[in-house]
Amino acid sequence: MYSIVSTAIVCGIQSILVQVEADVCDGMPSFEMVGVLSSEVKEAKERVKAALRNSGIKLAPKKITVSLYPADIRKTGTGFDLPIALAVLSAYGRVPKKFLEGILFAGELSLNGELRPTAGILPMAFAAREAGKRTICVPKGNIREAGAVKGLTALPAQDLNQVVGMVEEFYRAPGKFQPGDGTKWERQQESQKEWDFADIHGQKVLKRACEVAAAGRHNMLMVGAPGAGKTMAAKATSTVLPSLTEEEALELAKIYSVSGRFGQREKGFLARPFRSPHHTVTVAGLAGGGAVPKPGELSLAHKGVLFLDELTEFKRPVLEVLRQPLEERLIRIVRGSGVYVFPADVMLIGAMNPCGCGYYPDRNRCACSTAAIGRHLNKLSRPLLDRIDLTVEVKRLPLSEILSKGAQETSAVIRRRVQEAQDLQRKRFAGSALFYNSQIPVSDMERFCPMEQGAKKLLQDSFERLEMSARGYHRTLRVARTIADLAHSGKICKIHIMESLMYRCIDKKAWEMG
Amino acid sequence: MKKEKRPSKYEYWFAGLAFLTGRKKIRLKSIFPDAEEIYRMGQARLSQISWLTKREAQLLLEAGTIPEGKLEEEEGYCIENGIHLALWRGEGYPKRLVHIDNPPYGLFYQGELPKEGDLAVAIVGARECSAYGRQVAGQAGFCLAKQGVAVISGMASGIDGAGHRGALQAKGGTYGVLGCGVDVCYPAVNRELYGEVRRAGGIVSEYPPHMQPRAMFFPQRNRIISGMSDAVVVVEARKKSGALITADFALEQGREVYAAPGRIGDALSQGANRLIRQGAGIFLSPEDFLEELGFFVNSAGASAQKQKLSLEKSERLVYSCLDLSPKNLDELMAETGLSFPELMENLESLRGKGCILEVYKNYYIRTEVSGLA
Repeated sequence: MYSIVSTAIVCGIQSILVQVEADVCDGMPSFEMVGVLSSEVKEAKERVKAALRNSGIKLAPKKITVSLYPADIRKTGTGFDLPIALAVLSAYGRVPKKFLEGILFAGELSLNGELRPTAGILPMAFAAREAGKRTICVPKGNIREAGAVKGLTALPAQDLNQVVGMVEEFYRAPGKFQPGDGTKWERQQESQKEWDFADIHGQKVLKRACEVAAAGRHNMLMVGAPGAGKTMAAKATSTVLPSLTEEEALELAKIYSVSGRFGQREKGFLARPFRSPHHTVTVAGLAGGGAVPKPGELSLAHKGVLFLDELTEFKRPVLEVLRQPLEERLIRIVRGSGVYVFPADVMLIGAMNPCGCGYYPDRNRCACSTAAIGRHLNKLSRPLLDRIDLTVEVKRLPLSEILSKGAQETSAVIRRRVQEAQDLQRKRFAGSALFYNSQIPVSDMERFCPMEQGAKKLLQDSFERLEMSARGYHRTLRVARTIADLAHSGKICKIHIMESLMYRCIDKKAWEMG
Repeated sequence: MKKEKRPSKYEYWFAGLAFLTGRKKIRLKSIFPDAEEIYRMGQARLSQISWLTKREAQLLLEAGTIPEGKLEEEEGYCIENGIHLALWRGEGYPKRLVHIDNPPYGLFYQGELPKEGDLAVAIVGARECSAYGRQVAGQAGFCLAKQGVAVISGMASGIDGAGHRGALQAKGGTYGVLGCGVDVCYPAVNRELYGEVRRAGGIVSEYPPHMQPRAMFFPQRNRIISGMSDAVVVVEARKKSGALITADFALEQGREVYAAPGRIGDALSQGANRLIRQGAGIFLSPEDFLEELGFFVNSAGASAQKQKLSLEKSERLVYSCLDLSPKNLDELMAETGLSFPELMENLESLRGKGCILEVYKNYYIRTEVSGLA
């Protein structure tokens, strides 16, 4: 007998529907699977056989053929176990075909017949709805993911026998199961309460720089001695970013679903992600990769903060990988099997020591030679530095300031200012593809960044004095735009340029003067 | 240069032998007045010279096998590149060097050598110096050069470079003594300074052209720095520093040694302060220093430096918080109590008036050593 069951595979963060066909006939007893299968799908055969046996289902020895189509796509992932098992059961006549129609099945089987949570359920649920399916049956552990899609009924699968019972029940009384009503997860925005700007004492310049960077979504580099509070400031910066929109949150949830970390997004669904990979991260770990590409840290930080601590310790090729995604806000991974696109719209925050020992320019503690300092700075390539709008120096505080009890501004207060500045930007860029000041192209600089006379003069003078590059000039202007937005000023004034100049890129030449 | 007096190619060759000390070269020359004779000397004659070590005799013999064509080439190279050679007691040889211990036999130089009658002062110190040291050395170089004093140093980064640059700013004469060939730029980052010093004064070395720097050359080079000077000023030096070697040579050679005091406790002050403890002169200001040396200070040039500054109240507040150790924005905000925008505005106007200097990004010092009363 013949049967057919729907399932899906994940490709990038998209999902493609796949049909599982099974045929059972007389002949030499065997179990054959065809349809361009990766090894984990081939192994499904053994899991399915064991799961069926251990669920107490006895099948007569017959020739079983399972085919997955479309046959030209490579099938990967472990979600095939459940649909294969059901297709076989249906082909044996144990489950009527009509019970399985219109339902998308996905899930990994354990040898005792229980279903285990599977990666990539959220994109599959979206694909199911787009293909006109109304129902999806997934492991119980993934049920919240599947329920995130409006109008799709999610059936929680516990074990094989329960699924067989449940599909019959659903067929006879579909009303018993409620369709999902979108995201019901906790919407708490402050999931990361442990970090707050109120906990950072002193460091006014650093805090201000973080605020400016967050307001215009500028990439930022912190340079300072060890223990100056760089990591804390980076974490706190992610808390002053306005919360995600529903659409952004769902896109992000898909990325986490595909990498099997959906649980991390469940709490604080609308909170911006904060990722800080260790400096030993590989190219694939940062950008995404694998034979079947999975999202990397860049994508996991999508719409949030990617914090790279000890920036100079990262391997050069790993850092250079950042260049293209920082411009395009997505990452393209090309494989023989096709191009995988992962969103990667991040705000980059880097932190580094000014020299090998970390204490330069305090010559009392730093005895690094000028050549050594030059080598240290040269670990960052010019193209990468060109993509960083703000650079801020951080000095270690004396104990008295760390212990000072003065009230500090909380992240909530700063977030309000950041939100206002971003609202201004949205208004300014309405109708264009831009969202933030950091994205203003050179061609539109004059339109979006009008300057007062004094400001213009100061910027021109500084251009000469500091021997700035054209890129540096535009970076200064973009940051000044954000500073003006924070001050609710339409035009860029002299004081905004002054502040922006404070955040200019580390001047390698000046540092090499030793 | 007068052509007929140009040394022969054998003289170039002999002066460039780095394995013989100046003392031994002079002794050799007193026995064999013609360098060609030394070039052609066989093993038999060499072995008769008892005060040459076996190794030196061997190396001299090997050097004698260099073909004459090569010697001509070297001579041609020197002439083409304006590299002059001043030989022991010959024309142009600095008189100050005649009486020092182990004087150099020959000096290769580009540009010129300091004039005999002029006062010459060496400014030496740490390579990895602080902004304070750079400022003091720069100002010393500037004021001394303004007064017509030749400023001599070692062309290294840090204090040496700052001294040279100060002198260049005053459009005075400054001379760099190298531990490598005069056509080798070391350290490479100083290439610009190199050209300027050559034009404003001269680049001097005991070593022949093309000679790469070696660690053993630098202490030797220091004896020439102090020897060519009337006084040596040590600005910043760690406990163990090449500048202290220069000071030791200066004492041996009977030169004046001065040290610019630093804050006690700072690693970079230890060398200079110890010199003061041992009886070195204290360098308080360039004018004071010159007066101590008995040099008539042309006050017109000096006072031009100290114009009366008219500062606004808040500018004065910021300025008074600044000194010669760099302070960053956070420290200045804490000390002045000004808000971020106020501070930025004052820094900008002070910078415009030339009262402060941004030594590293967002680190400021005041430009004058003495400052406002």
